[in-house]
Amino acid sequence: MATETKPKPVSLKELSKKEDRFTHGHRMCAGCGAPIVVKQVLMATDYPIIASNATGCLEVSSCISTYTAWKIPWIHSAFENAAATIAGVETMYRALRKKGRIDREIKFIAFGGDGGTYDIGFQSLSGAMERGHDMLYICYDNGAYMNTGIQRSSATPFGANTTTCPAGSVIPGKLQKRKDLTRIMAAHGIPYVAQASPSHWADFIKKVRKALEIKGPKFINVISPCNRGWRSKTNDAILLSRLAVETCYWPLYEVEDGVTRITFKPKEKKPIEEFLKPQGRFKHLFSPENEWMLRQIQEDIDRDWEALQRAASEAGQD
Amino acid sequence: MSEPFWKRLTPGSVILEAGNAVEFKTGSWRAFRPVWKEENCIHCLFCWMFCPDMSVIVEDGKMKGFNYDYCKGCGICALECPGKKGKKAIEMQEEGK
Repeated sequence: MATETKPKPVSLKELSKKEDRFTHGHRMCAGCGAPIVVKQVLMATDYPIIASNATGCLEVSSCISTYTAWKIPWIHSAFENAAATIAGVETMYRALRKKGRIDREIKFIAFGGDGGTYDIGFQSLSGAMERGHDMLYICYDNGAYMNTGIQRSSATPFGANTTTCPAGSVIPGKLQKRKDLTRIMAAHGIPYVAQASPSHWADFIKKVRKALEIKGPKFINVISPCNRGWRSKTNDAILLSRLAVETCYWPLYEVEDGVTRITFKPKEKKPIEEFLKPQGRFKHLFSPENEWMLRQIQEDIDRDWEALQRAASEAGQD
Repeated sequence: MSEPFWKRLTPGSVILEAGNAVEFKTGSWRAFRPVWKEENCIHCLFCWMFCPDMSVIVEDGKMKGFNYDYCKGCGICALECPGKKGKKAIEMQEEGK
């Protein structure tokens, strides 16, 4: 199933000639990362796409009342079942195709935020992956329930200040580590799992193209900065996602048929403070009594990055 | 009296017109507007790639300006603009000035 053909290089000039399949007029906040993720996914391919969406910022703001920003068939049913919904659509498609009522090659994508993927939609995602539906699940991870007012999720990083783990005199922000969903999905033994960032768009587009050529369940986890929840400036979504990659907080890698490959290695691994400093949600970490937290975050990142490099070199892919 | 709104809804709240969000102009959200300086532009199209509101107009692979009907003024384009010889091709200016 692994495709060994050399992927076409990604040219911005070529991409810019395509029609947007996610239009302006959506009501995501100014400077949101999620529409950048969605547009990059949809511009990566020429296949007809059918998408489902978990409840979340993207869903509520791209499809308000009688308006939709999607130029593709799109379905939302509930928070917890984006994967199950698209799995059902995909099954229907296979049945109709068998009967000869559809003859086109159609690809199926589910979009979910971290709340709808890491937490609430996790069982339906895990189930759809296990059943082997031919679908791609894209998680845009902004690290909390931003849509309802920045409540912690299991994707919220250690130390972050959210409205349900407020940093103050009792606790210094979230005390638990975020769970590594990309590795959890890789443990499902599905053909393709990747982690990507909108700042490294060529890498991301290549991953989406590769995933769509593979038959079976695929999962891509994408970092998606949220200036409201991260308490940063409206213009730094791409800057922060780039820093997340360069500090190895969000390493770019893929796991294809169990083989781990790091797709981008920063020339120089930046200290995690560079990623944390511009974000107001980590402001309290820079006071002297919370220095241990900064140290712990850096240690965790170093350990995970070492483990990832080991996994890649064991597979002969570094 | 005109028909109540709910009677005009489609069954299952299905939206029949794809991409009709273009009828909703979000440009009024903007507090700062991006201004394009053509002489510093190298047409790298990073602004186009990173614009969350698909508000950078590109024709034949060349940057042509902004669609102010939808631009929310986040400033990502201006921050990511590499410019020419240290001079940015996109600058943010306060609206109404």
